[in-house]
Amino acid sequence: MNTVPIHPDSYADFLTPDELHRIQLFRLQTVVQNSYEKVPLTRDRMKERGLNPDHINSLTDVAHLPFMQKTDLRDTYPYGLFARPMSDVVRLHASSGTTGKPIVVGYTRDDMAVWTSVMTRTLCAAGLNQMDVIQNAFGYGLFTGGLGAHYGAEALGSTVIPISGGNTERQIMVMQDFGVTAIFSTPSYFLHLIEAIEATGTGFKDLKLKVGVFGAEPWTDAMRAHIQDRAGIKAYDIYGLSEIIGPGVATECCRQSGLHVFEDHFLMEIVDPETGQVLPDGEEGELVLTTLSKQAIPMIRYRTHDITSIITEPCACGRTLRRINRISHRSDDMIIIRGVNVFPSQIEAALLKVEQSLPHYQIVLSRREGLDQIEVQVEVTEAMFRDRVSALEQLQKKMSQAIEHVVGLRANVRLVELQTIARSQGKAKRVIDKRREGSTL
Amino acid sequence: MTLKQLSVFLENKPGRLGHPCKTLAAANINILTLCLADTEQFGILRVIVRNWEKAKAVLEKAGCVVNVSEVLAIEIPDHPGGMESILAILEPNSINIEYMYAFTLKRGSNAVMIVRVDKPDQAAKALHKNGLALLDASAFFTLA
Repeated sequence: MNTVPIHPDSYADFLTPDELHRIQLFRLQTVVQNSYEKVPLTRDRMKERGLNPDHINSLTDVAHLPFMQKTDLRDTYPYGLFARPMSDVVRLHASSGTTGKPIVVGYTRDDMAVWTSVMTRTLCAAGLNQMDVIQNAFGYGLFTGGLGAHYGAEALGSTVIPISGGNTERQIMVMQDFGVTAIFSTPSYFLHLIEAIEATGTGFKDLKLKVGVFGAEPWTDAMRAHIQDRAGIKAYDIYGLSEIIGPGVATECCRQSGLHVFEDHFLMEIVDPETGQVLPDGEEGELVLTTLSKQAIPMIRYRTHDITSIITEPCACGRTLRRINRISHRSDDMIIIRGVNVFPSQIEAALLKVEQSLPHYQIVLSRREGLDQIEVQVEVTEAMFRDRVSALEQLQKKMSQAIEHVVGLRANVRLVELQTIARSQGKAKRVIDKRREGSTL
Repeated sequence: MTLKQLSVFLENKPGRLGHPCKTLAAANINILTLCLADTEQFGILRVIVRNWEKAKAVLEKAGCVVNVSEVLAIEIPDHPGGMESILAILEPNSINIEYMYAFTLKRGSNAVMIVRVDKPDQAAKALHKNGLALLDASAFFTLA
């Protein structure tokens, strides 16, 4: 255990399994009863299966209940899944819809208190306290990241700078002038900040920054090593999604080995993404979450499409909340190339193996004469650049071979100039799929 | 006795060569000699300038990736067999020439070649011993 003061809310991180299970079952029964009464979609689906709330007598009974999907939120847009009247709803957020309408989520006053509490516990687990000055570079607005983290940090007693995302020059000025000790952002935006800070000449040595809390997109341990090494900070992974509550569903602790799920508020299952069957602890599958205390939009067995597994061993930090492994990928950001399932994280891992540090890259898919082509564009950094053509060709070849080794497909690696791949201010755009537009199929 | 050469990574597409050249021009830096190596996808621009530190700084500020390497500026007799006489010195010493390109001006009756080898110090010694002149930075820049 570290000596950092523990916020009172964090005591729920250390319940005995018996205490936790009692709380979980009580809350599960309440949320199912509530949904059955107030949400027609849930009631109809339960009735179809001959189920009613009295069938929930143990935590494992949750597996009898039907799943909910993102499409359920879309189909009932905007308020169809709300279990409370709008007079009880104090906040709305919406996630950017890639297709048509966004999805809308609402919070009652109690939901806001739960959200604030789980974010406070998240930040406490990252070792932050009331002495910290926090630069919150998650986007403020309809996105849950900015405000969710904001409320948690304020409740913890830290000083919060609500700078939101973007405007890199101002971010650096604030970090230097305000004595910032911790930053929240997406990992890809922080990589961009690292480059910009190093270009200032003074770099990180004059900064007080010691902790980064990163989330909202999948990243890797190798990326963490890169961030910690270059910026000289501790980088923590957090996990959450708007449909469940926003950030604050799970977090890493000082041990940085897996994310503790706030199980007193979110019941987790791992299921086979194809069959929906619950998998035993330790097996990799899709994370399914049930909100145990949400009032405005209770989500029952929500399919996250995030792929992970439950870590069964207890954590050395002392928290009794079970952990999940870092989300390696989503079951739906999988790209199918020539019939082969490929995840961007696999290509990233291959590039890291060759270079030992993460170059900026982008995967471009196209189709030539009916065949999928993969091009991986890699920005040449000073460390990679050699004065000899043969050395650069060798590097291209090595990267291409490493990718082929991991995904089993030949990729054309193209070396491109620095800063020619678009930098994201939010989520990293790793894949450009041109296969549908103007293909010569 | 070596000169500093700057190499700049370029993508092989229209307009890319203009970027470093414009950057150097804007900083009032004259390119004394240059050489361009290219493949289908990318190229390497190699330049020799008077103030390589300043050139490197302005290029990097403009977003270029720059590599500094040591090259030899060798005075070569400007007559048939002149080039051969250099190779005759380097090859027996197992010094590998990675690439070379000519400097645009002559020094008396001699031509000047810029040569990158794998072992520059050893090469310089061998050439010196055989009476071939190597130009250092100050001698080189008085030519230009």
